[in-house]
Amino acid sequence: MTRAGSPEFSVIGKARRRVDGRAKVTGQTVFADDVVLPRMLHCKLLRSPVPHARIKTLDTSRALAADGVHLVMTGRDVPIEFGILPVSQDEEALCGEKVRFVGDPVAAVVARDEQTATEALDLIDVEYEPLATIGSPQEALEIDEPRIHAYGEHGNIHKRVSLEFGDTDEALGAADEVFDDTFFFEGNTHLPIEQHASVGAVDRDGKLTLWSSTQTPHYVHRALAKVLELPAAHIRVIACPNGGGFGGKSDIFGHEIVVCKAALMLGRPVKICLNREEVFYCHRGRHPVLMRFRTGVKKDGNITGMQLQTLVDGGAYGSYGVASLFYTGALQTVTYRVPRYRFQGCRVFTNKAACGPKRGHGTVQPRFGQEVQLDKIAERLQIDPAELRLKIVEKPNTKTANWMQVGTIGLDACIRTAVEKSGWREKFGKLPEGRGIGLACSSYLSGAGLPIYWNKMPHSGVQLKLDRSGGVTVFCGCTEIGQGSDDVLVALVAEVLGLDPFDIRCVTGDTDLTPVDLGSYSSRVTLMMGNAAIQAAERARDQIASAVGARLQVPAERLVFAGRRVFDAQAVDTGMDWNEALICAEETHGTIGSVGSYAPPRSAARYKGGGVGPSAAYSYTAAIVEVEVDRVTGWLRVTKVWIAHDIGRALNPVLARGQVEGSVYMGLGEALMEEQAYRRLPSKLSNALVHKIPSLLEYKSPTSHDMPEMVCDLIEDPDPNGPFGAKEVGQGPLAPIIPAVANAVYDAVGVRIDETPITPDKILKALEDKAKGGAGRVGPKSFPAIDWPEALQVPPPWEGGDGKAVNDPERVRAAKLDKDVRS
Amino acid sequence: MSDDQKTAERCNVHRTLRVNGEDHAVSFAPYKTLLEVLREDLGLTGTKHGCELGECGACAVLVDGEPILSCLSLGLDAAGREITTVEGLASDNALHPLQTAFADLGGSQCGYCTPGILVTAKALLDRVEQPTREQIKEALSGNLCRCTGYQQIFESVEAAVIEIGRGKNGGSR
Repeated sequence: MTRAGSPEFSVIGKARRRVDGRAKVTGQTVFADDVVLPRMLHCKLLRSPVPHARIKTLDTSRALAADGVHLVMTGRDVPIEFGILPVSQDEEALCGEKVRFVGDPVAAVVARDEQTATEALDLIDVEYEPLATIGSPQEALEIDEPRIHAYGEHGNIHKRVSLEFGDTDEALGAADEVFDDTFFFEGNTHLPIEQHASVGAVDRDGKLTLWSSTQTPHYVHRALAKVLELPAAHIRVIACPNGGGFGGKSDIFGHEIVVCKAALMLGRPVKICLNREEVFYCHRGRHPVLMRFRTGVKKDGNITGMQLQTLVDGGAYGSYGVASLFYTGALQTVTYRVPRYRFQGCRVFTNKAACGPKRGHGTVQPRFGQEVQLDKIAERLQIDPAELRLKIVEKPNTKTANWMQVGTIGLDACIRTAVEKSGWREKFGKLPEGRGIGLACSSYLSGAGLPIYWNKMPHSGVQLKLDRSGGVTVFCGCTEIGQGSDDVLVALVAEVLGLDPFDIRCVTGDTDLTPVDLGSYSSRVTLMMGNAAIQAAERARDQIASAVGARLQVPAERLVFAGRRVFDAQAVDTGMDWNEALICAEETHGTIGSVGSYAPPRSAARYKGGGVGPSAAYSYTAAIVEVEVDRVTGWLRVTKVWIAHDIGRALNPVLARGQVEGSVYMGLGEALMEEQAYRRLPSKLSNALVHKIPSLLEYKSPTSHDMPEMVCDLIEDPDPNGPFGAKEVGQGPLAPIIPAVANAVYDAVGVRIDETPITPDKILKALEDKAKGGAGRVGPKSFPAIDWPEALQVPPPWEGGDGKAVNDPERVRAAKLDKDVRS
Repeated sequence: MSDDQKTAERCNVHRTLRVNGEDHAVSFAPYKTLLEVLREDLGLTGTKHGCELGECGACAVLVDGEPILSCLSLGLDAAGREITTVEGLASDNALHPLQTAFADLGGSQCGYCTPGILVTAKALLDRVEQPTREQIKEALSGNLCRCTGYQQIFESVEAAVIEIGRGKNGGSR
C-alpha cells in the first residue's frame, strides 16, 4: 500500500506511447470541426472593417432574403455581456452599439452551407460612424476621449496597480550600483494550427450541447448559462481535443455563443469554423509590454532591491488582462532573491484584437527584461553570468518579498547542467567573432493558486468507475490540448491500481459527464488533476483492498497492487488477479466508485493583487543558446540550444521532453520573428488600424529548417506538492529562450537588442550605431510618465509583515475604529 | 449573373474518386477543393486544414504518391488519380511504421498537423530509403507544427526508417 514512498514505479517515469497516440496518428481524433451532425447548418460572421466606430445602421434584410439563408443574427439577439474574468465582463458575442477593432464581429449568417453563408455576409448593410482610433499605449495614456470602454480606471486606462514590498527607494540607495533599463516585448500570437471551431445543437431532450475547441469548458459553461439565460444544468459543453491551444482557446468566444443561440432559435445544429484571418482576430495572445527595470546590486552581485514598471497594451477587451498585468510583476522574486520590490503596472485599451494569456502568461515579457539586465549587470560587475545567477537564486522553502511561498527550487542544478553540457566556460566570451553564447533562466507556476471566479470548491475533480468486467473508467473535466493531460490522468490511475494504461478508459472535458476541472491553463493540469486522480485511485484501491484483504485474511495495508494483481507483500502467491479482486469488491461493497479532488494550499499573500502568482509548486529552467550573426546582413542563426528544466518528476519522459522542446521552439519564434503587429491603411483607403499580417504565410513562425539542435535535460527532484513529485513543464521552458538569444547576440557582436523580435534589421541598426561610436543598442529609450496610484505597502516576511498591506483601506478603517473605541 | 446561371453553376458533378485503394462514386459542387470533398463528401475528416491558403501543410494528401495541398486543388482534378489520406496509411489494423513511431516517440502532440506530416513523410520514404536528417527537414519544411519543435518528428521519421528497413530484411514488424 505504498505510494510515493516506493521508488519503484511501473508506469510513471517510463517512456510510453501516450494513451491518445493511436487516435492522433490514424486521423481518428475528433476535433471540433470534425463533428458533423444531421441537418447541420453553417455559420459565418461579419466582422468590422473599421477599428473604432459606432454602428449607425445595420440592415440584415437583404441577407435574410437570400436563398439558403436560415437566420441572420445581430447584437440584439445576444445582448448580454460576458468575459473570462468577473471584473471584465466587457464583451458582446456580436457588437451592439460600437465596434472596437478591425475584426470585431457585428452580425452572423446561418445558412445551408459555408459558401452560402459567406456570400450572404456581403448582403448585410452596415453604416459606421468612425471614432478616433487609439493605436498605441502612448495614445491610450494621452487620449481620454473617446473611451474604448465605459469602465476601467479612467480614459483608456483599464487597470493600474502599485505594490511595494519594503522601502524600495532605500534599498536602491543602499546599492553599489543601480541599473536602469527599458525593454519592449512585442505582442505575438499562439497560432494553433487548428482554427477555432464550434458546433451548437439542441439534443433530443431539448437541452443545449456545444462542441468546441476550448481549453476551458467549465468557464464556457458558466458563460453560456449567463448569456443564454439558461440553467447551467441544461447546457452541456464538450471540449474537443484542441489542435493546439497555447492559451489562445482559454477565453469565451462570441462565436461559441452565436452557434448556441442559433441552434436554440432554429432547433438545428449550427457549426462555425473560423478562417485563419479570423483566428488572428480572436488572438488573446502575448501582450506587448514596455517595461523599465531599476535594479540595485552590491559589487558581489547580490540584489538590494528592484523596481519594475510595466505598460501593457491590452487591445480592445479585458480578457485575462487584469491577471496578465499582475503576472508581469509576480515572478521576479520567485526566481532570484529580491529583498525589496516595487511593482507598478498599467494596462490600457487600444483598438486592436484583445490580448490575453499565451504560454507563460504575462511572465515572459518581464523575464526578457530581467534576464537581459542581469547579463548587463554581470558584465559590469565582471562576474560570469552563470555564476551571478547561482549566487542570487532564491532559496528553497522561502516566502519571497511579495509573499509567494516557494517550495522546491532546482534552478541551481539546471544552471549547472546547462553550463556543463554546453561547454559554457570554454565558450562564453571566447567564441570567434560573429559567434556567441547566452544564458537565461526562468520560473513558472504549476497552476494558479486561485480560480478565475472566487469560490472554495475544488479546482479539479476526478471520478473513477470500476466494475466486475475489470474495466476502469476515469472521468475528469480536464482538457486535452496536445500536452498529454489524458495520458497523465490515465498513467497516475494505472500506477496506483497496478494496471497497464491501456486497461483504462478516460472521459475528459465534458461538463455533462465529468467532474469540474477548471481547464488547461496556467500549467495547472498535471499538478491539480494529478493529485485529484491519485486521491480517487487510492480511495478505489482502499475499497478493493478491504474486500480482498478480508477474503484472503491478509491485512489490507499489506496488499500490493501491481501487474494486474492484488497480492500479499509477504507472500506473493497469496492474491488474486485484478478481475477477481473487482468481483470480490463488488460482492463486499456493492458498486465500486470513487472520487478525488484538489485545491491548492492557501496563499500567504493576503494583499489585494496577491491572488496572482501563488502556486503549489514552481518549476525552474535554465537555457543556453548559441548563435551566429552575420555582420554584413545582420542575419541571426541559432545553432544550438541546451536547456535544463526542473520538473520535479517526469511522469512520461517522452511527453515531458516534447513540452520542453516545443517551448524552446515557440520561444525561438518569439525571439526571432513572430509579431502581432499593426499598421494604418493609407488614408485614401480608410486610415484604419489593421493587423499587419493576418496570415500564416506572412506571420513568420519557425519551420523545420529553422530549428537548431536541442539538448534537453529534465532535472528530477520530486516536489512534495506534486503528483508523485511532478511540477509543470509546458510553459516555463519558453521564457528563458528569448533573453538567452538576446544575450548570445551581445556575446557574438557586442550589440544589445532590448526589444523583440530580434531581427536582422535591428542587429544591423545596432551595429551601425556602434560603428559610429554609439551604444550599439536598439530598444525603447524611455518609459512614459504614468500617474501611479498610491502603492499598497506590504512589508516582506523578514520585515515583520503578515502578508497584508499596512495601508489597506479596510485595515486602516478597522484600526481607526479600534482606536476610536479605545479612546 | 442571373439566378439561373448561379443555380446552374451550383449543380453537383459526379465523379469516381479512388481514395485509399477504393473507388468512391461521389457527387459534389464543382468549386469544392479536394480537401472539402474528402472531409465533407467522403467523411474522411482525418485530413485537416489550418489556413485553406496553402500555407500550413495540414491538408497534405498524396496524389499518385506525391504530397499535394488538398486545399489548393479541386476535387474535380483528382478523378482518375490515386489519392492517399491518413486513413489509408495503416494496413488493415496494423499501423504503418511511421504511425507507430509518431505515436510512440512524441512525433504527435496535439495531432492536428500529424496527418499532413505523416503522408508527406511517407512520400519521402517511398522515394528515399535512407533519408538524412537534412532530407527529412527539407521534405517537411512545408508542414507547420506548433507543438513539437520538430525534433521528435525528425526522430520519429528516423525510427520508422529503421523499422521499415528491418521489415524488408525479414525482421519482425
